[in-house]
Amino acid sequence: MAATKLKAVDAVVVGAGLAGTILCKSLAETGLKVVGFERGRMLDAQHDFAMPYAHDELKYDRHSDILQNLSRETITFRNKMSESALPMRELGSFKPGECVGGAAVHWGVHARRFLPWDFEVRSRTLGRYGAAQLAADCTSQDWGIGYDELEPYYDQFEHLYGVGGKAGNLNGEIQAGGNPFEGARSREFPNPPSKATPIGQLFADAAHQLGHTPFASPTAAMTQPYTNPYKLMLGECVSGGFCGSHGCAQGAKASPLNTVVPALGRHDNFELRTLANVVKINLDSSGKRAIGVTYIDARGREFEQPADLVVLSAYTFNNVRLLMLSGIGKPYDPVSGTGVVGRNYSYQSHGKIQLFFEDKIFNPFMGGGGRATSIDDFNGDNFDHAGLGFIGGSYLAAQSSGAAPIKNKPVPPGTPSWGGAWKKAAAYWYNRSFSLNLHGACQSYRDCYLDLDPTYRDANGLPLLRMTFDWHDNERKMLAHAMEKTAEIARALKPAKTGAHGLSAKYSIVPYQSTHNIGGAVMGADPATSVVNKYLQSWDVNNVFVVGGSAFPQNSANPPTATIGALACWTADAIKEQYLKKPGLLV
Amino acid sequence: MHEDSNRHAYSFLTPPEVQFLDAAVERLIPADELGPGARDACVSYYIDRQLMSNWGMHGRNYRMGPWAEGTPQQGFQSRLTPQEIYRYGIADTDAHCKRQYGKAFRLLAADQQDEVLHALEKDAIELPTVPAKLFFSLLWRNTEEGFFADPVYGGNRDKAGWRLLGFPGVAASNYNELMYTQTTAYRVEPVSILDIREQRVALDNQGYPKHVPLADAKDGHGSH
Repeated sequence: MAATKLKAVDAVVVGAGLAGTILCKSLAETGLKVVGFERGRMLDAQHDFAMPYAHDELKYDRHSDILQNLSRETITFRNKMSESALPMRELGSFKPGECVGGAAVHWGVHARRFLPWDFEVRSRTLGRYGAAQLAADCTSQDWGIGYDELEPYYDQFEHLYGVGGKAGNLNGEIQAGGNPFEGARSREFPNPPSKATPIGQLFADAAHQLGHTPFASPTAAMTQPYTNPYKLMLGECVSGGFCGSHGCAQGAKASPLNTVVPALGRHDNFELRTLANVVKINLDSSGKRAIGVTYIDARGREFEQPADLVVLSAYTFNNVRLLMLSGIGKPYDPVSGTGVVGRNYSYQSHGKIQLFFEDKIFNPFMGGGGRATSIDDFNGDNFDHAGLGFIGGSYLAAQSSGAAPIKNKPVPPGTPSWGGAWKKAAAYWYNRSFSLNLHGACQSYRDCYLDLDPTYRDANGLPLLRMTFDWHDNERKMLAHAMEKTAEIARALKPAKTGAHGLSAKYSIVPYQSTHNIGGAVMGADPATSVVNKYLQSWDVNNVFVVGGSAFPQNSANPPTATIGALACWTADAIKEQYLKKPGLLV
Repeated sequence: MHEDSNRHAYSFLTPPEVQFLDAAVERLIPADELGPGARDACVSYYIDRQLMSNWGMHGRNYRMGPWAEGTPQQGFQSRLTPQEIYRYGIADTDAHCKRQYGKAFRLLAADQQDEVLHALEKDAIELPTVPAKLFFSLLWRNTEEGFFADPVYGGNRDKAGWRLLGFPGVAASNYNELMYTQTTAYRVEPVSILDIREQRVALDNQGYPKHVPLADAKDGHGSH
């Protein structure tokens, strides 16, 4: 079927999630004619997440309609290149969004910046420890941008999203009560930190006793009523749980829906086209210039939308897949180690220690809103790795996430998995337990990558994206080290029983871990090892920018959202201040 | 009451299938001194309603071939839908029970039922159509859901699962005032979406329910 060709516009933005909505707003402010595309539907937070229906664990944890509908499109997965990849038939390990706002509608609001070390993993490792510290097949690299250069954009994003926290480093001066390991901030957070919950206080006291420095994790659930720079108002979080995986009934969780989308409506030169699935970026005959995008609407009609500028801001997987389907950039070949598109796919590593107490009650259903007390003493390169045989680290946290009952009923090791004894244990320990969580980094490796699957196709007949990924020794050692450190804290708390859950032997796509998939269209200073330059501009097709977690060359231990937001603000600024004034490769 | 009138309005499951599930889920979460088990919490009815939903036919799953078994890390790869897994899993298991014990599953003694369920869980029975472990894992997943999900889905009757844990259901808007100081169990009459839909509880001006303390509220329910 021939595509209907539409009237040309100046710019298109593909994917209206966290990054895309920021780019849409910034481009709309220039007066250009801009169209934003979203494959999912528009959400109206007030009605889609109305009380009491937002407090429905079954719906949002198991049958959510704001997540990617795999019947139309999924990915395929295998642990290693010698296996056949099979389609991810149901959601598990991660939860990409499919709606205006994307995964940032249901995120857990943990709004940490990356550490300065995260941006210069390779050069700082070589500088401090030498080449022997890095695994031979580790392809982690510097970002081509440093923390200090990105700092103003972190600040911009935090004010847009109303992040609450306490600075630990204000213009180079360490501040009591904050995270002393963080990069220097130019000013305080826009909102105060969340108060330590009872489990946060227990963790803080034990960590402090052991010589660590606990602090309140930055959160994008409002710790007080807040008005953002677009004059949009967000209410204070009431700690009612039903937070991660859920849309917020109160609008207290910052998301594109309440921080940016309403402000887009103020621009007559902007149009948000929902239920419009972009399947290709069209290039001119030289292959060096994008001339627009092709998309398919809800009825299956195909349209061609010409545009002078194309911003890709979909989820990691779709940014990479669209580049491949459009023939932009050289696909990565893991055998020769050449090519770039799909290279350096990475994830995050996780572990936890469950603590069970006979003499304490926690009311674990109260919480949510990113309420967590953390330490960064074992994150990044904040501790000496000499002789440890790995790089990177983890942050450890006690999180009051709001324990809903289908999936949060920890029982001590050795408890039968069902039956009368299980029932008694679940009932007894529900209110007497909490977990210490480890969130670990993940480096990139030569054999962990994304490409197009040779067999499986989506509902439009296009090849699915194929993920090849498994844990490597660096992450196994790193997580084992973090588990030891967490166990020390756990012991100091004197629980009656503990249950330790470290890194799985192999990465599995089944249990939920995090929606922190990154890489595949990474940024860098060298076109031989990056898809986009430091402004997230395609090296090959200069009027295409690729924004999102896809740009991370490897993953930090910290959640990616704030860094995706900062990169979106950074790219928006580069397009506005540099590219539009003088279109061409930015240097 | 709404829940009562719907209690036996099964749409997918046949009466013998309901009897099988009633017996099985009651072993998975049995009635005891702490309260009702999964049978009386209407978990079978919950399963029936799930099977008639989009999920019952894996409507949001990727269902194109080719089909291969794959590794455990690659996750669910069966071409069978939940409707099929229950229908064939129940028939296959009952056939096994008749061969092994001379009776249908529902007529076995409790310890025999447990034996069969353990064998399914460990994949120690070769069922002709459905892999035993696949059937068991779906049954356990749905039993947990049916016991602890909001009663609006037909299970968790009288909020039995929530009472067992001391989970208050739909949150009240005053947790910020409580969570930093409350060191004893917060014991209130749980509130479900169904309760609010049927106007059985008072709401505050933000639309959050006003929780009512339990009359016999005392700490440490459930001796160990």
